[in-house]
Amino acid sequence: MTALPPPSARKLGLVIDLDTCVGCQACVTACKGWNDQGYGVPLSDQNAWGSEPSGTFLNRVHAYEVQPDTGPAQVVNFPRSCLHCENAPCVTVCPTGASYKRAEDGIVLVNEDACIGCGLCAWACPYGARELDGAAGVMKKCTLCVDRIYNENLPEADRVPACVRTCPTGARHFGDLGDSESAVSRLVAERGGYDLMPELGTSPVNKYLPPRAKGADERVDILAPLLDVKASGFAGWLDRLLEKI
Amino acid sequence: MTYRQPKLDTSPKVSDEVRKTTCYMCACRCGINVHLKSGKVSYIEGNRDHPVNRGVLCAKGASGIMQVTAPSRLRAPLKRVGPRGSGAFEEIGWDEALELAVSWLKPLRETAPEKLAFFTGRDQSQSFTSFWAQGFGTPNYAAHGGFCSVNMAAAGIYTMGGAFWEFGQPDWDRAKLFILFGVAEDHDSNPIKIGIGKLKARGARVIGVNPVRTGYNGVADDWYGVTPGTDGLLILSVIHELLKAGRVDLDYLARFTNAPCLVDEAEGPGRGLLLRDKDGKLLVIDKATGKPAPFDRTGVRPDLGATHKGARTVFQHLAERYLSEEYAPEAVAGRTGIPAERIRGLAAEIAHAAFDAPVVLDRAWTDFRGDVHRQMTGRPVAFHAMRGISAHSNGFQTCRALHLLQILIGSVETPGGFRFKPPYPKPPEAHPRPHSGFNPCRPLNGPHLGFVQGPGDLALKADGSPARIDKAFTWENPMSAHGLMHMVIPNAHAGDPYRIDTLLLYMANMSWNSSMNTAAVMEMLTDKDETGAYKIPHIIYSDAYASEMVAYADLILPDATYLERHDCISLLDRPICEAEAAADAIRWPVVEPDREVRGFQSVLVDLANRLGLPGFVDEEGRAKYRDYADYMVNHERRPDVGPLMGWRGNGDQTGRGAPNPDQLQRYIDNGGFATAHIPDEAQFFKPWNRAYQDWAVSLGLYDQPQPYIFSLWSEPMQRFRLAAEGHGERQPPEHLRERVARTMDPLPIWYEPFGEAAGAAYPVHALTQRPMAMYHSWGSQNAWLRQIHGHNPLYVPTKIWTEKGFADGDWARVTSPSGEIVVPVAHMAALNENTIWTWNAIGKRKGAWALDPAAPESTKGFLLNHLISELLPENGDGMRWSNSDPVTGQAAWFDLRVRIEKADPPGEAQPAFGAIASPVPPARRNRP
Repeated sequence: MTALPPPSARKLGLVIDLDTCVGCQACVTACKGWNDQGYGVPLSDQNAWGSEPSGTFLNRVHAYEVQPDTGPAQVVNFPRSCLHCENAPCVTVCPTGASYKRAEDGIVLVNEDACIGCGLCAWACPYGARELDGAAGVMKKCTLCVDRIYNENLPEADRVPACVRTCPTGARHFGDLGDSESAVSRLVAERGGYDLMPELGTSPVNKYLPPRAKGADERVDILAPLLDVKASGFAGWLDRLLEKI
Repeated sequence: MTYRQPKLDTSPKVSDEVRKTTCYMCACRCGINVHLKSGKVSYIEGNRDHPVNRGVLCAKGASGIMQVTAPSRLRAPLKRVGPRGSGAFEEIGWDEALELAVSWLKPLRETAPEKLAFFTGRDQSQSFTSFWAQGFGTPNYAAHGGFCSVNMAAAGIYTMGGAFWEFGQPDWDRAKLFILFGVAEDHDSNPIKIGIGKLKARGARVIGVNPVRTGYNGVADDWYGVTPGTDGLLILSVIHELLKAGRVDLDYLARFTNAPCLVDEAEGPGRGLLLRDKDGKLLVIDKATGKPAPFDRTGVRPDLGATHKGARTVFQHLAERYLSEEYAPEAVAGRTGIPAERIRGLAAEIAHAAFDAPVVLDRAWTDFRGDVHRQMTGRPVAFHAMRGISAHSNGFQTCRALHLLQILIGSVETPGGFRFKPPYPKPPEAHPRPHSGFNPCRPLNGPHLGFVQGPGDLALKADGSPARIDKAFTWENPMSAHGLMHMVIPNAHAGDPYRIDTLLLYMANMSWNSSMNTAAVMEMLTDKDETGAYKIPHIIYSDAYASEMVAYADLILPDATYLERHDCISLLDRPICEAEAAADAIRWPVVEPDREVRGFQSVLVDLANRLGLPGFVDEEGRAKYRDYADYMVNHERRPDVGPLMGWRGNGDQTGRGAPNPDQLQRYIDNGGFATAHIPDEAQFFKPWNRAYQDWAVSLGLYDQPQPYIFSLWSEPMQRFRLAAEGHGERQPPEHLRERVARTMDPLPIWYEPFGEAAGAAYPVHALTQRPMAMYHSWGSQNAWLRQIHGHNPLYVPTKIWTEKGFADGDWARVTSPSGEIVVPVAHMAALNENTIWTWNAIGKRKGAWALDPAAPESTKGFLLNHLISELLPENGDGMRWSNSDPVTGQAAWFDLRVRIEKADPPGEAQPAFGAIASPVPPARRNRP
C-alpha cells in the first residue's frame, strides 16, 4: 500500500493540556470555520437544520466522567483529532497514495485528488480521527493547518493551527516535538506528557498533558481559633483580635 | 507504493479583506476579525489586539458565519394576518410597518404614555433604549436583568460599588486562589477562560463551588458540590471560621469600609442607621483621640472596637452575628451538603492564600484621607459568581454575603484580588434613583432604573399602588434595580396594576425559553377580553430570526445581524473595560444585509423622529439624528460626553470632547474599539485612590472625585426595615411588613429559598445551565453549534439514578408544584446527589427557527421553564407570592423543587406543542 517517508527530524504536532481544557468547543468550530474555506473541499453538513444533522469535523471534544477510588467523580474534557503518528496506519493502508506523511515535518495529509473515498484509512486509524465528507466523498482530517503555519500572507503570530490560535484557556500548544529544546517538548517533560494508546505502536507525535491531582490542599492546616470564644465571651475575643492592629 | 508527496501551496491567499468589529454571539463582546472573500463573510477569528479576548474566540464566536447565513433569518417587516400564535403573517414594506407602529404609539404618548411597555432582552444599548423610553414618557421600561442576574449586580453596587463581570474581574495575573461559585459559564465567557488558563499556567489553585461539576468546575483543583440555594450559608460559615481565627484584614476594614462606623441603637426612627455629624458625614472614633471624627478626615485612625454613647461599631455587630454557633460548620453541614471539615478546609485555604503570602507591589499611592501608602499590599484570593447564586429567592443576601467575605479578607481592589473596571467602582449614591413620573406628551421625569436609598424612592403612585407595570421598586421588591421583565406579561394580562395597550419587545423570547410557565404565557399572549379583543392589544417585536416569540406579535420589525449593523458598547452603558483600562467599542456593517432588515436601534431613531420624541428632535421638530450611527457620534449625554469616548473633538481627546464627525472611522481604523489606560499608581484601591478618582474625572466617568467606603452595613436596607417597624410616612402593606423586616437585614443573612415551601413531596433540586458553546435559543439554530448540543438530556445523579432504577435510554416524568414534563434522562456522577439539571434553551417549539419539525431540539429537547411558575403555590395565607427575590425581584429560577420518576417513553418530550407556521421558507437540506 502507501509507504511512509523516513522519520523526519522535525515533528510538528500539538500538546493538549487536559488539566486546563474546559471543554468549551472553541477549537472545534474554529477548525470547522478555517477548514471549511481552507485546504481541500469544504467541510459539509448534511441535514444541517434537520432531524439528524451530521457534518464533517476535523476535531471534536468529548467529556468523560472519571470515578477515582476516593473522592467525588471528576470530569475530563478530551479533544480528539489526528495525532500525526510516526507509524501512521492510515497512511500505510491507503491503496492510492492519497494518504501521506510529509517528509519535512511529519504532518499527515490526504491528497484529495487521489482519494477514492474507500474509507480504509478511517478504519485503520485507532483514534477515530478521520471523517469521510458526506458531500465530496473524500477523506478529511486534521491538516495541522498546513495552509496557516507556513502562510506568508498571515502575520507571524498567526502561523499556528486555528485551534491553537483560538483556544481561550491556552490548553492547546503547537510546536516541534522533534526538538527536545522546543517549548512544547519542555512542557511535555515538565508535566509528564503522554502518548495516547502507546501499546498500538502508532507512535503519535501529539501529546496529552494529564490532569493534576485533585482534592483539598494538603499543605494547609485547619485554622486555630484565636481563643475559646465561648469561654472568653465576645468581649474577650474582640480584645484579643484588636491587639493585632 | 513508494513514497510520493504532492506539491502543496502552503501560502494561499487568506481573504480579500479583514474587517474588525465586535462579536454578538453572546454577551461577552469580543473583538473579531471578519474575513471577506468576494464581499461575503468567509472566516471569523478573534482580534489579537482586543482588550476582551486578546485574539481568542469561543465556539459561538467562530460560528458567527452560520448566524448570518441562517435560514431562520427574517426577510422583511411582518404584519400578523391570522390569530396570534398561529404564525400567519404577510411581509410588508418598512414605511407601512413604521406607520402602523406610529398609529398605535402616537395616541398613547398623547393620552397615556404608561400604556406602552418597552422591554428589551439581549439589549446591548440600554443607555439608548432607556433614553428613547424616557423621551416617550412611559415609566415601563427595563432590560432583562430582572430575570437574569440583578441580585449579583445590585448586591455588588449596594455593598461595594460594583460586582462581577462588567463591573470587575479577578486579578488573573496575581491571584493565588480563585474560587468560583455557581453556574458561571454564561457570563464573561472568554475572559474567564483566559483567566483560568493563566491561573493554571502559574500553578495557582482553582476551587469550584457548584452542584454540577462541568466545564470550569471540571478543571477546578477542588470541588464543593453544594446544595442549591445554600451558598450563602456556606459563605457565612466560612466567615464564622475566619472571624473565630482572627483571620480578617483589620487594617483594611478600618480604613476602607463602614466597619468602624457606629450603629445608632437608640429606639426611634434612627435606630440601626449610622451616626453622622451635623454635615451628614459618617462618624468613626479616632483611635488617636478616642473622640468621634468624620470618617474621611485627614489623619483619622478609625477604631473598630469603639463604642460611643451606647452605639457599637458595625464590626462588632457583624462579628457578634457571624461568631454565633448557628453559622458553625457543624450547624450548616447538613443543609449545605458540605461536611464540616470541608468547610473548615475551605476557610483555611482562603486564610492561607490571603494572609500567609500577600502580594506586595512597590507602587506608592495616596488615599482619600491624604495618607500616603508606600506599597500596594494585596490579598491574592479572587472570587467570581453569577447566576448560580443569584437566581434564588435568597440570592441578593447570598451575593451580599460573598461580597462581605471578599471584603473581610481585604482582597477587593488589592493586588491578587477582585479589581473593578471603569466606570466602576460606583456606589449606589452615585447612580440615579428610579423615576416613574409620567404625563401625556412629556418625557419621563428622569431615568427609569436606579438605586433606591429608602422607601421615599419607591416607584409608587400617590395612592400607594405600583407606578410600573412590572411592580419594580415596590414593597414586594424594593431594590429592583433592573426591573422585572418576567412579570410584565402576567401583569399586563391581569391588568394588575393597570392595563397597557402596546408591548414593545426586543430580542426577548418571552413565549418560550425566557419566561417562566411558558404554556401559560402563550395563553396570556393570546387571551381575549369579553369584546373579543386581545387583553394585550398590541405587540410589536424586533428580532433578526424566526424565534418562538415572532408568532405572538402583531408587527415584526426585523433586525439586522451583528455583522450588518451599527452598535455602541458604551461607557454610558455596559462597556468592555478592563481593570487597567477604560475601553469601549462599536459594531459597524462589515457586510450589507441582502434583505429588507434594519438595525433595531436605527428603527427606534426613525420612530422617535416620526413621534417627535424629546431628545431626538429639536425645537422645530427636526430630526437630530439620521440613524443610530449618527446618534453614536453626535449625541451628548452631558456636554462633551457622549456614547463613545475615543477620538472626540479633533480626534485627539478621550472621554471628554466635542462630537467628531470622523469618530466612527477612527474606531474602524483601530479595530473597532478604543482604550484609555489607567495610570500605574491608580490601578488598585480605586474607590479610595486619589490618582484613580482624578483620572476618572478627567475621562468624564464622573464630574467630581467620589471616594466612598464599602457598606458592610447597608443603610438603605435598614431604612426599609425601619419602615416595616412602623417608622416614617411610607409604610409597607400589612401582608408584607414582616417579610420586609426579615429580608431587608442590613447585614447579610441566609434564609431558606422560598421554593423549599414545595415541601417533602418535591425532594429534588432542578437546575439549568448554559453550555459554553450555545447562547440562549439563538445558538441552537446554528448549523455547527446544534451538532454539538442538539438536544439536552436531564442529568440525574447516581443516588437517584439507582434508587429509581434508571437505565440508558430511559425517560422520566418530572413534576413540580406547578407543572410536569416527560423527558429523556442520562446518568451523571459528578453531581450533587440531590440535584438534577439540563442545558437551557436547547428545546425548541416546532416550526420555529426554520428547523425541521422533526429536529431533536423539538422532539427530545425540552425546557425546565414548564415547571417554574412566576407565582409560588398558595401556602395557607390566601396569597400567591411572586417567585422572586424579595429584595430585588430577581426571578428565582433555581429555587425549583421537583420529584422524578421513571416514565414510559412518550415518543417525544412532553409537553409538546403544535407546530407554528414559519414566517420564513424551509431550510435547504445540506450545507454548503
